[in-house]
Amino acid sequence: MGNEATFNYRVVRQFAIMTVVWGIVGMAVGVLIAAQLLWPDLTFGIPWLSYGRLRPLHTNAVIFAFGGSALFATSYYVVQRTCQVRLFCDRLAAFTFWGWTAVIVLAAITLPMGMTSSKEYAELEWPIDLLIAAVWIAYAVVFFGTIAKRRTPHIYVANWFYGGYILTIALLHIVNSAAIPVTMTKSYSAYAGVQDAMVQWWYGHNAVGFFLTAGFLGMMYYFVPKQAGRPIYSYRLSVVHFWALIFTYMWAGPHHLHYTALPDWTQSVGMIFSLVLLAPSWGGMLNGIMTLSGAWYKLRDDPILKFLIVSLSFYGMSTFEGPMMSIKTVNALSHYTDWTIGHVHSGALGWVAFISIGSIYYVIPRMFGKTAMWSTRLITAHFWVATLGVVLYIASMWIAGVMQGLMWRATNPDGTLTYAFVESVKATYPFYAIRLVGGLLFLAGMVVMAYNTWRTVRGSDAVEAPIPAAVPAHA
Amino acid sequence: MDILFLLIPMSLVLVALIGVAFAWSVKSGQYDDLEGPAHRILADDDGAPPQSADTGIAAAEPEGARRR
Repeated sequence: MGNEATFNYRVVRQFAIMTVVWGIVGMAVGVLIAAQLLWPDLTFGIPWLSYGRLRPLHTNAVIFAFGGSALFATSYYVVQRTCQVRLFCDRLAAFTFWGWTAVIVLAAITLPMGMTSSKEYAELEWPIDLLIAAVWIAYAVVFFGTIAKRRTPHIYVANWFYGGYILTIALLHIVNSAAIPVTMTKSYSAYAGVQDAMVQWWYGHNAVGFFLTAGFLGMMYYFVPKQAGRPIYSYRLSVVHFWALIFTYMWAGPHHLHYTALPDWTQSVGMIFSLVLLAPSWGGMLNGIMTLSGAWYKLRDDPILKFLIVSLSFYGMSTFEGPMMSIKTVNALSHYTDWTIGHVHSGALGWVAFISIGSIYYVIPRMFGKTAMWSTRLITAHFWVATLGVVLYIASMWIAGVMQGLMWRATNPDGTLTYAFVESVKATYPFYAIRLVGGLLFLAGMVVMAYNTWRTVRGSDAVEAPIPAAVPAHA
Repeated sequence: MDILFLLIPMSLVLVALIGVAFAWSVKSGQYDDLEGPAHRILADDDGAPPQSADTGIAAAEPEGARRR
């Protein structure tokens, strides 16, 4: 440790392996709760396994454990390779790994016990929130410390995305999690009523925007060019993409609160900002995909590139769908239905998970002195199984969502409702079954990835790659 | 909506800070070359260093020396 002649691959390796592990855990919980919607008595009424407690465990596990580990692993890898310098402070980097792991384990214990702040995507109680804040500040110190001691004058665009995400998440987490503790396991939000709702969705949507978008765009801007062996289509556009996204993202949150007690003008502001976001999002999406311009044949036999490029098409789809759903008249139909669930998973599975999986397939062999994963055919199998899973998942939820929206608003000539709520639930059952199959396929793909990873890693030694001698800078 | 008295000023401060970061990045010459950086990450060979599978000892040869 502490050898300035090598890169710190240890912490990258730890997070990369845990990405696969937490992916399986988080998605398995997702499959379980999807099955519970189909068979409500599946877990025999055991309180710790009830839907209401496992659902936040699923979201926390996939977003913060799986997605978070992928972000930690890739950001530490990218910042070291692009700055040509070892990570700043090995001990602090190790603290971020063990601290983050502790947060995840504590979440897996407290959420099934029913301890929750009840704020979506921020359910963990205040002592865990404090630990998250400490880990996150350490992460920022390691990341920006590495940028500060870089040996390359230019800061590569991926690092700007990672840096933006790290700083914003620190701010969002600290403001939204402000609470008044009552006991060790119970606290009340510092905000009340609609104020709390506003802060919650200011946090909630920016968590989507910065944790699940900016961070993964950092991944995209490094791993797509590297895997394709071609420079990004337009570096200039990537810089514009970054600043446009950073300047406009913050106020999209109110679109989660359309037709609520939130003042109408605030809802409209949220809707307008959401619509504006389409421009930078699609700019970035096209920039990533066009990187393959003139080299499309590479997609044919490189499954890692398939993951990366298909993730961008899902990014394009969900960043079109999102602004569309934020339009009030569309939202009147889509809100509270399973369409939202379909939209979220189009982003979460199609974009976030695919780009993470592709990037982790890139990183893992390099952490163990290999040039490639053990089996390329298994990566291809993973790709097709996962793609089929996503398509089944989102298509079933789209249909279910629109159907629910139409059934809930249908009225008879005399003004009474055509359908009771339970009729819409009954009509949704077949789609819950299709969704469960989709989720199972996606989980199966992760199991294939875990097997491939195990075969790649087994019997090989962890490496600390030497930092190449300074490359002469050219203007 | 008292909360807006917190959230709006915070956004304005944030936008100001982002503006400062943007001004720094332009003035310090981060964007003087908008072609080179895209190629430079590809010049960094991050393939696996040569390694003896039997002994498990990674060769000390610098990575930059190797080209696939």
